[in-house]
Amino acid sequence: MRDIGRSDLIACVVCSRSLSLLVLSLVMMLAGCATGPNANPADPLEPFNRGVYKFNDAVDQAVLKPVATAYRDVTPPLVRRGVGNFFNNLEDAWSLVNNVLQLKGEAAGNSLFRVGVNTFMGLGGILDVASEMRIDRYTEDFGQTLGYWGVGPGPYIVLPLLGPSDLRDAVGLAVDINGYPLTYVDDTTTRNALWILRAVDQRAGLLKVEGILDEAALDKYSFIRDAYLQRRRNSVYDGDPPDESQVEDAAPIDTPAK
Amino acid sequence: MHRRFFNYFIASLAGGAMALVVAPAFSADEAANVMIQRMSTDVLDSIRADTSVKSGDLSRIIALVDTKIMPNVNFLRMTASAVGPGWRQATPEQQRRLQEEFKILLVRTYAGALAQVSDQVVTMKPMRAAPDDKEVVVRTEVRGRGDPIQLDYRLEKTPGQGPGWKIYDLNVLGAWLVQTYRPQFAQEVNTKGIDGLIATLADRNKTNAKKG
Repeated sequence: MRDIGRSDLIACVVCSRSLSLLVLSLVMMLAGCATGPNANPADPLEPFNRGVYKFNDAVDQAVLKPVATAYRDVTPPLVRRGVGNFFNNLEDAWSLVNNVLQLKGEAAGNSLFRVGVNTFMGLGGILDVASEMRIDRYTEDFGQTLGYWGVGPGPYIVLPLLGPSDLRDAVGLAVDINGYPLTYVDDTTTRNALWILRAVDQRAGLLKVEGILDEAALDKYSFIRDAYLQRRRNSVYDGDPPDESQVEDAAPIDTPAK
Repeated sequence: MHRRFFNYFIASLAGGAMALVVAPAFSADEAANVMIQRMSTDVLDSIRADTSVKSGDLSRIIALVDTKIMPNVNFLRMTASAVGPGWRQATPEQQRRLQEEFKILLVRTYAGALAQVSDQVVTMKPMRAAPDDKEVVVRTEVRGRGDPIQLDYRLEKTPGQGPGWKIYDLNVLGAWLVQTYRPQFAQEVNTKGIDGLIATLADRNKTNAKKG
């Protein structure tokens, strides 16, 4: 073990974590593969995924949503903004790494500048001074880095508690967790408290949106899935993905309705 | 001879006059991104100017969407693409109903989003399109507090009709509307048929309306 540096250790931890995740999903994959006329090629695990989705939804309704709602009602907006900024700053630090890994010089420079300015002039990230200075965020995670280097998304997977993902992003997430600065907070209680606060903060941010989703979706599961897969592809291409052979053309509009 | 010349003269005069009438109609066709920019600014300004919109009066927002946005949308094409192969099997009456219910669903959804408009501005992103493209993508960003929201449009050329372009798909935060609805619609059509899809849409619209 003496020859192994810290980075290798991290890699080991990552591997073991993502491996167990992979094994778990493989088992589930065999347990129930979607077949039949409605099977979506991007979602071969649909029966399993729907199960996890239901479970997540139940947990959300029972715990996360009430907590997030209370958090929103109790804390003043200014505090919530500070909390959000704080976590965004940590995320920017990890984006910096991923921008470098994707050889995106300008984005990496911006991320570095943002983290520097917000950490030292923004009270450790609580104030988003960089955005006031109009320095844009370029968020990148490891799933996007994998995508940038040509790794396809693989099958859609709904992760227990963590929500929508795909095979590539699940592996990416395991790396993200190890790259995210919170992981290196030494005190366990503080670290866990911060993780929970982060989850609550993110959930609270979604409270406004979920009403729209409830109204707009005929089937929330597939709405979220198809939006997620498109959005991730979009992010891998930084908001400008090549046209996917114009799916629309499957239905020629030769029949005027009036 | 003289008469023939005269006729010719009249004809060319009439032709010239027609050209004069027609020409402005063609030159009135703006570039797609100019049209989107104009529409976005117009919508945002109207929302800001209207206090009843801000207080959450949904009917006012729906009216606004109807007057400012819908004239620029080819909703027939949008619905047909979302329904997919099933569209061709639908009768004209079913197609009419599908458009009607889908429109109510979408307008309501976007009205909810528009009700949250405050100090946002829409910025245009660089466009890559050849001058003779019949279909283009216009990419924009809604900037306000927090991360910018990606909002893109697919437009088709409609020469001489309105501003010369019509929207037939919309992308919010990286997901195209038609592509997101298609699997859900297909699911309904496969299990319950076109009428089943119409009924599901109508039901959803009724529950949404009850929520106020």
